Amino acid sequence: MAFEQIIFYFFSAMVLLAGVMVITARNPVYAALFLVMAFFSSSALWLLLEAEFLAITLVLVYVGAVMVLFLFVVMMLDINLVALREGFMRYLPVGALVAISVIAMMTMVVGPEFADFPIPERKGPEYNNTAELGRILYTEYVYPFELAAVILVVAIVAAIALTLRRRPMVRKQNPDQQVSVRKEERVRIVKMDVEKR
Amino acid sequence: MDFAIPNYYIAIPEMFVLGMVCLVLVIDLFMTDKSRTVTYLLSQTTLVGAAVLTFTTFSYETQFAFSNTFVRDAMGDVLKGFIYLSIFFVFLYARPYLQQRNLFKGEYYVLGLFAVLGMMVMVSAQSLLTIYLGLEMLALSLYAMVALKRDSIEASESAMKYFILGALASGMLLYGMSMLYGATQSLDLAVISQQAVNSDMPLVMVFGLVFIVVGVAFKLGAVPFHMWVPDVYQGSPTAVTLFIGSAPKIAAFAMVMRLLVDGLSSMHIHWQDMFIILSVLSLAVGNIFAIAQTNIKRMLAYSTIAHMGFLMLGVLSGTKEGYSAAMFYTIVYAMMSVGAFGMIILLSRAGFEADQLNDFKGLNDKSPWFALVMLILMFSMAGVPPFLGFWAKVSVLKELVHIDMTWLAVVAVVFSIIGAFYYLRIIKIMYFDKMEDSSQISHSLDLRIALSANGLAILVLGLLPGPLMALCAATFGL
Repeated sequence: MAFEQIIFYFFSAMVLLAGVMVITARNPVYAALFLVMAFFSSSALWLLLEAEFLAITLVLVYVGAVMVLFLFVVMMLDINLVALREGFMRYLPVGALVAISVIAMMTMVVGPEFADFPIPERKGPEYNNTAELGRILYTEYVYPFELAAVILVVAIVAAIALTLRRRPMVRKQNPDQQVSVRKEERVRIVKMDVEKR
Repeated sequence: MDFAIPNYYIAIPEMFVLGMVCLVLVIDLFMTDKSRTVTYLLSQTTLVGAAVLTFTTFSYETQFAFSNTFVRDAMGDVLKGFIYLSIFFVFLYARPYLQQRNLFKGEYYVLGLFAVLGMMVMVSAQSLLTIYLGLEMLALSLYAMVALKRDSIEASESAMKYFILGALASGMLLYGMSMLYGATQSLDLAVISQQAVNSDMPLVMVFGLVFIVVGVAFKLGAVPFHMWVPDVYQGSPTAVTLFIGSAPKIAAFAMVMRLLVDGLSSMHIHWQDMFIILSVLSLAVGNIFAIAQTNIKRMLAYSTIAHMGFLMLGVLSGTKEGYSAAMFYTIVYAMMSVGAFGMIILLSRAGFEADQLNDFKGLNDKSPWFALVMLILMFSMAGVPPFLGFWAKVSVLKELVHIDMTWLAVVAVVFSIIGAFYYLRIIKIMYFDKMEDSSQISHSLDLRIALSANGLAILVLGLLPGPLMALCAATFGL
């Protein structure tokens, strides 16, 4: 049990460290990379909770897809960092004061009651988190699951509606025309007399 | 594993709307700008069809489906009916506006219908998860609709503000929900409601409740979570402001009812105090700031904030009569709001938004009939008898007196009188000021007829408020 606790505290510390670095790193690319680290560490924590499907999905989806996109955006946008950091030190004391007092109050209110929260029961090696998720997702939670799918459609429609611009001057290929082209349109057979020596 | 096939039958309006949106989405691809009216007609057909389906499968019984994540009851059906009705008018009013500004695209209708679906899901939600998903479906569609006018800097700016503040509010709501889940270990509102009575984690429940009230207050636009309302109302194209100002308020009311009344009615004593603060602040800020506005869309935004304060007064009473009064108020508000923004569209034309107070100068000389319609709308919003808005205010105030909160009723009346100033100022501008812009109103017949019907409905229902009030009361078994 002690070994598991060491792993837990190690990865928890990593999550916290990476989280702090995300907001303090000077370079936005570093910040994005620290976010990747935070995702990795939290997926390790989820593995400890026997939620292996979520852990793998977190790595595949967030680290593999979302963060790569994020890095592209950060690199392509020319963000003026000096302007962003302006006033940081001036607002820091007030912000820190508010944050610390809110955290203190929240711990005082919620802490005592959550302290004796029952520890979840440990499942045996035959327990398959992925199968359980699949079973519940398509039976009990089928309605929210479908709604989530509809929300993704809304996101696609919205993204296309906001970004697709049809400009008449752009020279682009038309694959349909390219495919349906016939020999007569491209090839001209020229009969030539044989050159005389 | 025991699993029963869900009762799909009661969710038939939702399924119909979803199927039709997908159809509209595909059919619109094959439409040219000239034949785009087909998209519009299909969208209106969807709303009519959904209304027919909801009406024919209506029952006073409360039915559950999909493992208690979906509920169908009388309140939900009535609210859905008014959502269809107000969106029907929204689409009707919006068409000429969109056509004149080169915004008449399928996306407005597709996103609009997705928003309708989101509202239906919210109205019929029986679990924290479905409330949140419905809310996000509605909100995502609205963010995109605000930004549809891509070349306008104001529209993009207000879409950005709406999106960021909306995401923040969703985060608050989710945080509160996670606390409730932690304390009750259930997402089902019925189970939460049972657990809340003698929970062994009372402080965690209250803690979660605070965040839920914050999220709800943001969606309603109550002070101090109202910052987005004026900017979004002013910056969006009027056709979208019209949308945001009408049916989503009905859905927000439904969310309050599901979360706080169905789920947490045993904690009424806690959220009543929070609602008193929110509603008094909303009434004060909404009515007083509206006086200083010169832009009519911004003015109506502050008026919305004040109206939401009134709505919360009805809910905080915690009695069935109070809920029914609040429901009546929401429906009446949606009708008035649609009409008022419809008037702005009527006066606007290509290249002219008519969103300044001065644009209403001398409307009586230009078109006495529509000046009269606007007069009805403004009197109704101010709460002057015999218009519908008066009865809405009276029914809420009556309930406040009934639960011995007379001081709160007095506060509401005082701020309503302050608020009457800016509504009456519009009437003064229309009737007593000289016309500055002599161009005639040149909108199509359907817009004129619908707007006249909207105004007359407020007058006629104001003279005979009985049936609508009885309908709201009947949904709560009164």
